[in-house]
Amino acid sequence: MELLAVFPPLLAFLLAFLLGRRLGDRFAQIVTCTGVVVAALASCALFIHVVFGNDMQGDPRTIVLMHWMTSGDFKVDWALKIDQLTVVMMCVVNIVSACVHIYSVGYMSHDESKERFMSYLSLFTFAMLMLVTSDNLVQLFFGWEGVGVASYLLIGFWNQKNSANSAAIKAFLVNRVGDFGLALGIFATFAVFGTVHMDTIFAMAPEKAALTYHFLGMDIHALTLICVLLFIGAMGKSAQLGLHTWLPDAMEGPTPVSALIHAATMVTAGVFLVARMSPVFEYAPTALMLVTLVGATTAFVAATIGMTQFDIKRVIAYSTMSQLGYMFFALGVSAYGAAIFHLMTHAFFKALLFLGAGSVIHALHHEQDMRNMGGVWKKIPATYVLMWIGSLALAGMPFFAGFYSKDIILESAFADHTWFGNYAFWMGIAAALMTAFYSARLLFMTFHGKPRMDHHTYDHAHESPPSMLSPLMILAVGALFAGFFGYESFVGSGAGASSHATQVVATENVVIEHDVEAPVVEESTHGHEWNRHAFWQDSLFVLPENDTLEGAHHVPLWVKLLPIIIGALGLLLGAVFYGWKTGLPQKVVSAFNPIHTLFYNKWFFDEAYHAAFVTNALRLGRAFWQGDKNIVDGLGPDGVANTSQRVAGVLSRFQSGYVFQYALIMILGLIALVTWMFFKMVTGQA
Amino acid sequence: MSDFSLSSLMPLAPELFLAVAGMVLLVVGAFMGNRSLRLISWASVVCYGIAAVMVVSGDGGRAETLGGMFVMDGYAELIKIFILVGLAVSAILSIQYLYQEQILKFEYPILILFSGIGMMLMVSAHDLLSLYVALELQSLSLYVLAAIRRTHLRSAESGMKYFILGAISSGVLLFGISLIYGYTGTTNFALIGQALGAEISLGALIGMVFILAGLAFKVSAVPFHMWTPDVYEGAPTSVTAFFALVPKLAALGLIARLVFEPFYPLQDDWVQIIWILSAASMLVGAFAGLRQENIKRLLAYSSIGNMGYALMGIAAGTTAGLSGLIFYMAVYMIMTAGTFAVILSMRRQDVNLEKISDLAGLSHHMPKLAYILAILMFSMSGIPPLAGFFGKFVIFQSAMESHLYVLAVIGVLTSVVSAYYYLRVIKVMFFDTPAEPYDGHISWGRWIVLAGSVGFILLFIISPSSLLDICRTAAVYLIPSSLS
Repeated sequence: MELLAVFPPLLAFLLAFLLGRRLGDRFAQIVTCTGVVVAALASCALFIHVVFGNDMQGDPRTIVLMHWMTSGDFKVDWALKIDQLTVVMMCVVNIVSACVHIYSVGYMSHDESKERFMSYLSLFTFAMLMLVTSDNLVQLFFGWEGVGVASYLLIGFWNQKNSANSAAIKAFLVNRVGDFGLALGIFATFAVFGTVHMDTIFAMAPEKAALTYHFLGMDIHALTLICVLLFIGAMGKSAQLGLHTWLPDAMEGPTPVSALIHAATMVTAGVFLVARMSPVFEYAPTALMLVTLVGATTAFVAATIGMTQFDIKRVIAYSTMSQLGYMFFALGVSAYGAAIFHLMTHAFFKALLFLGAGSVIHALHHEQDMRNMGGVWKKIPATYVLMWIGSLALAGMPFFAGFYSKDIILESAFADHTWFGNYAFWMGIAAALMTAFYSARLLFMTFHGKPRMDHHTYDHAHESPPSMLSPLMILAVGALFAGFFGYESFVGSGAGASSHATQVVATENVVIEHDVEAPVVEESTHGHEWNRHAFWQDSLFVLPENDTLEGAHHVPLWVKLLPIIIGALGLLLGAVFYGWKTGLPQKVVSAFNPIHTLFYNKWFFDEAYHAAFVTNALRLGRAFWQGDKNIVDGLGPDGVANTSQRVAGVLSRFQSGYVFQYALIMILGLIALVTWMFFKMVTGQA
Repeated sequence: MSDFSLSSLMPLAPELFLAVAGMVLLVVGAFMGNRSLRLISWASVVCYGIAAVMVVSGDGGRAETLGGMFVMDGYAELIKIFILVGLAVSAILSIQYLYQEQILKFEYPILILFSGIGMMLMVSAHDLLSLYVALELQSLSLYVLAAIRRTHLRSAESGMKYFILGAISSGVLLFGISLIYGYTGTTNFALIGQALGAEISLGALIGMVFILAGLAFKVSAVPFHMWTPDVYEGAPTSVTAFFALVPKLAALGLIARLVFEPFYPLQDDWVQIIWILSAASMLVGAFAGLRQENIKRLLAYSSIGNMGYALMGIAAGTTAGLSGLIFYMAVYMIMTAGTFAVILSMRRQDVNLEKISDLAGLSHHMPKLAYILAILMFSMSGIPPLAGFFGKFVIFQSAMESHLYVLAVIGVLTSVVSAYYYLRVIKVMFFDTPAEPYDGHISWGRWIVLAGSVGFILLFIISPSSLLDICRTAAVYLIPSSLS
């Protein structure tokens, strides 16, 4: 079962990649779709086993596939660590991936290299599964780089377009910064813990909590250092402020790629990493504060940019970045369950939005600019309805999936009662307003008003084929109901304060000793009650004093209501601005021109980076290049190369072809060896 | 010979089986003529498989037979497996080539088989006399193979050169053997070890130098390498492939047993000789290869250089070094098999091509083959994470542990130099102006070899320690832990 949930995509990738060209597009499409669908079904079954197995106590397991490498104390296995956190991720990845695979059959039907596209998608899925099932940091890094490669290949999939190539390179380079942080984090972990095996690290984390690291005359708290480095890795992959510039450009890739990689799965790898490492992060409060601040700021800044963009995919991209910010500040206030909850609901509604946008783009002959859309809702009614569902979920309207997860995040932030918790709360509220606003803006600009495209395009606008709409339906079901059904499991309140406290303490002890005893302790404290503790068991770890999720259930009423009100207000404003009084946006823009310019130009991050890094790097590179060519090359490589060639010439002259000369050289060599031995023996004895 | 019984020959069973099989095949060939070439080739492959099973199913312990002339232990077992794999691959690679080039001689696979028996006896030799007989059985078959295309001038010439120089090296070897016998009074490895342990005489030392020099010819270590480029170039390509794959593994296996068993008391001395051979081979292999235009000649120099690296493992004189050597040779054999499978497929208008420049445009016409060769060349030049990198890594590591710093530095530097000619092959394939396409057909046997070779190189990283552990276990048989 475990193998069936992980390896079919790999098999599908190999078959489609190696044989796709020979056996045709249809073969590649069938084999890759089958692969992920099988994996998706297997991971759903696995979810039931792991979460509800063992008499509702949960049945996490680790399967060692084989030994990978040993070097001194350094031991790594290939393993599948399947616990509650992993199965949630596996379900999300496989289900969304299956939808995207099927969708791509229709979306890419006019493309020339379908088999390449499908095989890359499967490769990505496999790498992502490797990432989430890893039981050690090295295998995780393998998956991490694997998704990076797949992302690079898919962003640059239309490699005849210059912009796609440069976007791919940009994504790769920016991610490199983050990956470097992650690699350093893994090195630091090994230096501190002496292992990269996760369970061992988690067991040792409490005793290392006080350890400091002496570096450059400063005493650095070791776990904080590790966590900050790991978080830098997470920032790169999850496009947090500072390392986010690649994500909007990544929209150069085909839309299914944007949906799968740059909205639903890969960009959430950072969130997963922090949640996975929660037993370490819990002992590094400074790092958690940093996570909160970065996350909250990202949520706000990305939302401001999202309000001003005109490219439909870019709007959704910035919205993704903003939602990732939410997840991160949830992690920062120790509400790991809420973050993963939002990760899951977000995967559904954001994939839905992206694929819906893809359907619009498909209908309008690859038009992406919202200024050239409008009025098409009659032409593509199904897409229109689905986009509404996705947008309402994103805006956090009651009873849609996003409502449950976003609310609990905001409540947790409020319940944290620290200054950065409050900062995150208010930033989150502001971002929620803007999120609702740009969702409405997107809907009204795209579907309502007068058609702004030319007649030809409007007349030919057509609804997408069933192969594209059916995955959208599945995702829409997720966007509608995932929140309601997941709420109790992911973030539900503990059974009263007292039993909850013992449970957390018990969990802590159990984590230290071994997880075999966990079920016994659990049963004695809170029986069969179903809530987040019963769901997550030991896969997430929270110190008792940090348990904001419990606090989130006891916040004042206005905190619970505020997000809904704000969301409704945002939607209303958006409707007024872009549905009713369409002249209003222009007036507002001219009234707040400097701010709009700032937002519209994405806070000038790209320009600043260009000025600070790219130009200087180029200048430095050019300087080195000149110096290198004239000085270093002349003396070093070129000189050595010339000498080598000369030596080669001399040696080949020995190779005359005459047997007697060869024999002579052999005998001379023999004499030389004997003489050397003789000389040594005689002098050695003397 | 009163204690002679059939069961005492059990350790010898695989060799005996192959010998009988070889004679049966010879009879078959004599009756059916040259049209039975394909049948005999595949039959010999099956025989190698059976022999491999027999080798594996031995009890694994150490056993001597033939009055101490022959020894079977875990070390010999592993090397014999590699040899049998190499023999089978050589036979598979040859078939299509022999038919294309019209070298339809049924003796061809049988000669490979007999030389194979010689090699297997070499790694099990436990007496200077059995060593010599095994070596000659192997060498004589190789001489004939080199000249098997006797109507072609170059093939005949290379066979002749190989034979004359081989005869000289045999003379040197025999002279060394007689010196050892004269100064220790025995030819048995264990007894020689005891005698040298008691007293080291100058004569025995000189004898050892002669023996090592004679064997250095077989592994084409500098300065006994001069035959290699000419023979590699002159012999039919399938024979060259065979030369590159197997005999050197056997000869290195033999050298390792010699220096660690009878000559172990002389370690201080043989380390220096091996050191010189190793350094010289690496240097010549790297630099002389730079100017080569013929890919077979290039691979000759490449093999000289690689023998230098392998000898470094022996010079280290430890379990780590010896297991590194076995591992290195296994990886080298696999990479070479893949490379020759590509070279054998370089045909245009029914003529086999040998120039490096003939590879131009391969990426255009046969991208799969080009990528395979590119991976092989990257692996040969030692780029991680391919298997070739680990081969070099293990060897260098063992040399550093034995404080052979200078040798290790030479090794690293020469591998940089030799990277030039490996990478040049890639450059020609991918970036030079495409030439005419090749004749397309590649037999499935060759595809299997290619897939196996590249698959191993690429996937080795998934579980590096499994093969390394096997090599280490084998090495321990030769060097008991107390010695290392």
